[in-house]
Amino acid sequence: MTTAILDYRAGNLESVRLALARVGGNPVVTDDAKTIAGADRLVFPGVGSAAHCMRNIRERGFDRVLADAMRTGKPVLAICIGLQLLFDRSDEDDGVDALGLLPGRARKFAPPPDDPLCKIPHMGWNRVEYVAPHPLLPEGGAGDYYFVHSYYASPAWHSPRTVHEPADGREAGAVHGATEYAGVAFASMVGKGSFFAAQCHPEKSAGDGLALLERFCAWDGSPC
Amino acid sequence: MLMKRLIVCLDIRDGKVTKGARFAGNVDIGDPVELAARYYREGADELVFYDITASAEKRPIDIDMVRRVAREIFIPYTVGGGIGSVEDMRGALLAGADKVSLNSLAVRNPGVLADGAREFGRQCVILGLDVKRREGAAPFPSGCEVVVRGGRTPTGLDAVEWAKRAVDLGAGEICVNSIDADGVREGYDLEITRKVSEAVPVPVIASGGAGTTAHIRDAFTLGRADAALIASMTHLDGVSCRDIKRELRGMGVPART
Repeated sequence: MTTAILDYRAGNLESVRLALARVGGNPVVTDDAKTIAGADRLVFPGVGSAAHCMRNIRERGFDRVLADAMRTGKPVLAICIGLQLLFDRSDEDDGVDALGLLPGRARKFAPPPDDPLCKIPHMGWNRVEYVAPHPLLPEGGAGDYYFVHSYYASPAWHSPRTVHEPADGREAGAVHGATEYAGVAFASMVGKGSFFAAQCHPEKSAGDGLALLERFCAWDGSPC
Repeated sequence: MLMKRLIVCLDIRDGKVTKGARFAGNVDIGDPVELAARYYREGADELVFYDITASAEKRPIDIDMVRRVAREIFIPYTVGGGIGSVEDMRGALLAGADKVSLNSLAVRNPGVLADGAREFGRQCVILGLDVKRREGAAPFPSGCEVVVRGGRTPTGLDAVEWAKRAVDLGAGEICVNSIDADGVREGYDLEITRKVSEAVPVPVIASGGAGTTAHIRDAFTLGRADAALIASMTHLDGVSCRDIKRELRGMGVPART
């Protein structure tokens, strides 16, 4: 039972590896196709700019790896910019085409009119309200997680609880976690099939984060 | 709502956590790995590992100890001291750190802030802003001068001007550390903390001077800090972060349970 952490030179993966090792996930940081194909689950991490990340993802063929995982139902945990890049587009770097596995796009936070000194990036611990059940989350309630990001995913479907088909016929996902910052309630946790994505960093989120990783390592990829 | 962060700082000297006052008169507190694990369990939101003698001794940071601490804690982890290049930054991150704090190096070679941000992302690059009060001195409109080498060497830079420039270059967070207040436990320098926080769009950490929970609250309210760094309170008084944050919540400050 191994967990492959996709290595595309997007920031530091040691923290993710250490946390997965702690919860018994048997992690390996790799860009090797055979190792990835043989892994039981994938972690799609990421730090850095959207354009830089997408270039490295395509160079290594990870766009196909992720599309295949979605088709075959292999469990995938996307973290931080990994979540944003699952969507169609990101507004970062003057607009970047992303993976298109979820309908929607990543937009930038802006200080709200009533709080012009509001810091961007959103950095620190914030509350995730568990707005829809998922096997990786406790039932109901909320958890505290560490965030660092300036862009957030804006799914093309609307209400967190309603999953409806976007116009182009692709299956939408579901928002499982919602968090507030800079006057926006954004999708901090998203799921679709065997994919679960977190804008926060579970590997840096103490007890709540380790619990999520532990559930991921025991998950068979079925959405409920 | 974004919560205010409580960060514990481990100053390391000769393989031990140490604590002094105004960067002198240090006493040993204990083993870094054991203390890191304890502070993690006791609810610290973040941890800083500072190899305080590496720069003066012209040696690299104790990377083996950075690694051993990283295995124990699953919260953001900043490393500083003895970072001399982008390659040193990479070494610290590969050893399990999430952010690197740059002080002397950034003053000597500001381009490293840009190089580090491009290579690892701005969120990895913290400017350690050590400041000393220079009341009434004309070249320092903020009232504070930037100092390096543990406060021993003045730089001629104004604290706020340098903070703004560092953010333009690539710093993603700024730790404002008052040398005058360090270890004295009479409260943070709220004035310079607030000036820096209002001048830059990135998060600011107040550092130096915490003795009571009220001091920490003041750093967040009057000082407009996003995070507060403590050392003496946990090292010498044995207070837990969880207890401090419970008090903070009682004072109306949003803090993680």
